[in-house]
Amino acid sequence: MNLELKLSIKNLLGAKLRTLLNVLVLSISFVVIILLNSIMDGWDAQAKKDSIEWEFGKGQLLHNQYDPNDFFSILDGHGQIPENDIGLTPVFVHQATIYPQNRMMNTILKGADPNQKTTLLPTHKLLESKALLPAIIGKRMAEATNLKIGDELLVRWRDKNGAFDAAKITIVDVFNSNVPAIDLGQIWISIETLWSITGHKNEATLFIASDSFVNTNLDSWKFTSQKELLQNITDLVSQKKTGQSIVYLLLMGIALLAIFDTQVLSIYRRQKEIGTYIALGMTRLRVVRLFTLEGSIYSFLALILGGLYGSPLFYLLSKFGFPVPPADQKMGLALAETIIPVYSFKLVLGTVLLVLISATIVSYLPARKIAKLNPALALKGKQQ
Amino acid sequence: MKKPSIILIEKINKSYPVAGKSFMALKDVSLSFEEGEFTGIVGPSGSGKTTLLNIIGTLDSPTQGKAIVLNSDVSTLSHSQAANIRNLHIGFIFQVFNLLPVYTVYENVEFALLLQKYNSKERKKAVMESLDWVGLADHANKKPDKLSGGESQRVAIARAMVKKPKILLADEPTANLDSENAHGILSTMKKLNKDLGTTFLFSTHDEKVMGYLNRMIYLRDGSVEKDVLNGKTEK
Repeated sequence: MNLELKLSIKNLLGAKLRTLLNVLVLSISFVVIILLNSIMDGWDAQAKKDSIEWEFGKGQLLHNQYDPNDFFSILDGHGQIPENDIGLTPVFVHQATIYPQNRMMNTILKGADPNQKTTLLPTHKLLESKALLPAIIGKRMAEATNLKIGDELLVRWRDKNGAFDAAKITIVDVFNSNVPAIDLGQIWISIETLWSITGHKNEATLFIASDSFVNTNLDSWKFTSQKELLQNITDLVSQKKTGQSIVYLLLMGIALLAIFDTQVLSIYRRQKEIGTYIALGMTRLRVVRLFTLEGSIYSFLALILGGLYGSPLFYLLSKFGFPVPPADQKMGLALAETIIPVYSFKLVLGTVLLVLISATIVSYLPARKIAKLNPALALKGKQQ
Repeated sequence: MKKPSIILIEKINKSYPVAGKSFMALKDVSLSFEEGEFTGIVGPSGSGKTTLLNIIGTLDSPTQGKAIVLNSDVSTLSHSQAANIRNLHIGFIFQVFNLLPVYTVYENVEFALLLQKYNSKERKKAVMESLDWVGLADHANKKPDKLSGGESQRVAIARAMVKKPKILLADEPTANLDSENAHGILSTMKKLNKDLGTTFLFSTHDEKVMGYLNRMIYLRDGSVEKDVLNGKTEK
């Protein structure tokens, strides 16, 4: 093997430009695969972290009749808060209508404990304000309604008896979260205030679990674990990754085709050399191995070259992040303004193996022909 | 006293498919070669010279008959057994030199020893000795494309001889050389034959070569026409 390795390196270095081109194309594939996947992994990690910190906590306990994806379930999907403290932060959800700039807009009022620390929602701002009905909204909601801190806004709702009531709320903070699910179309006020204006005293629609939460069976409530809540993100990222894989599979395909092509051409053009190797006493298997190794070394060189120009690129991206266009952030996905790529050992090792194995396979396929060559004809350079 | 046969050819036939028909390259050829011979297989193009050398060199096998080379029946050898015999005991010299273009002169000659797993010190000694035989020790670091035809063929001889093979097969070794180079090459080979006792078999139709040969086997249309040893026709 040592001899074949030396010979193949020598042969590749002798091929100069052909080697450089193959190595360059393969190295681009290598870098692009790592780059695209690390960005997706970065998004996955960032979206999950933000969702946990802002929305899901350690999991959520939802009222049996409440479905977060069904607007109509808000009306009946709430119940009394269990008496004992079980490490949960209650959230009460109620429908309302707002009139920003004299336009009517459906919204959801969400009541939360101003002292809660389970999520990063700045509910403490509700306590700090001297306004009569203080409220906080997210940056997307602020943008959609053209509201800013200090603005007053008319809100109309139905109380528990179905009677309409209305009041002016004051926006005391606009928080910046990457999680649209706690932002778009929502207004956060104190849960005590929401109970008081709706008459649903001590009721909650859902609870956000903290670290101290112990899952016990509670009637009318169902627990959804953090992992289940994050499943949507996992599915979405994996779906995106599959779509993206087409890009790098195409790139890999081009690189591997170039290697395959080079190998076929090599075997065609180097018949005399093959015949000479065999005449000098090399077994056919060793010659097949030599040509396969030549192809594999392309991938080694590509990894080295990709490492050389990819490392500074990866470093810069991990430091400054990958900017996400503002339009993408409005798609309802938990997307930060910049995604910091995550370069996991699994990703790098997987990509290295993918490049090495696929290059070796495409090198071996044409090299198999050598085993069937007639060395006497090969020595004359005759086509077989 | 007669030396033992190093190569024994018994009634071999070799046919190839050519344009859908079977072409007989060798017909009922029987020959025997002794150790240390300096023999030429002489004949026009297409007479079967190269086919015979390829069979003796274990690169090909006869369609019928027996070819015993160094006590091994060529027809029954596996690819790796044949490679092993070539690696250890048979050297080749080709008409167009067949030097490996990306290697230096030194590396081309060293190649056969690498296959035999000599250590680097032994290799260096043997390669330089071999290059000395052919007078190219000072060209060791040159690439083949920097050599003349005569020099290239000398490198090929050094490569073939470096492992001190029992048999050296040379297929039209002077066909691409001018008269002066051809004589130089032949003198070198004759000297090596004498000094090392290697059996030399040439395929040739070059008049220049014939003057150096002890034995000439004339092939015509795949059959042995004449076998002349030291000017005396045996067949």
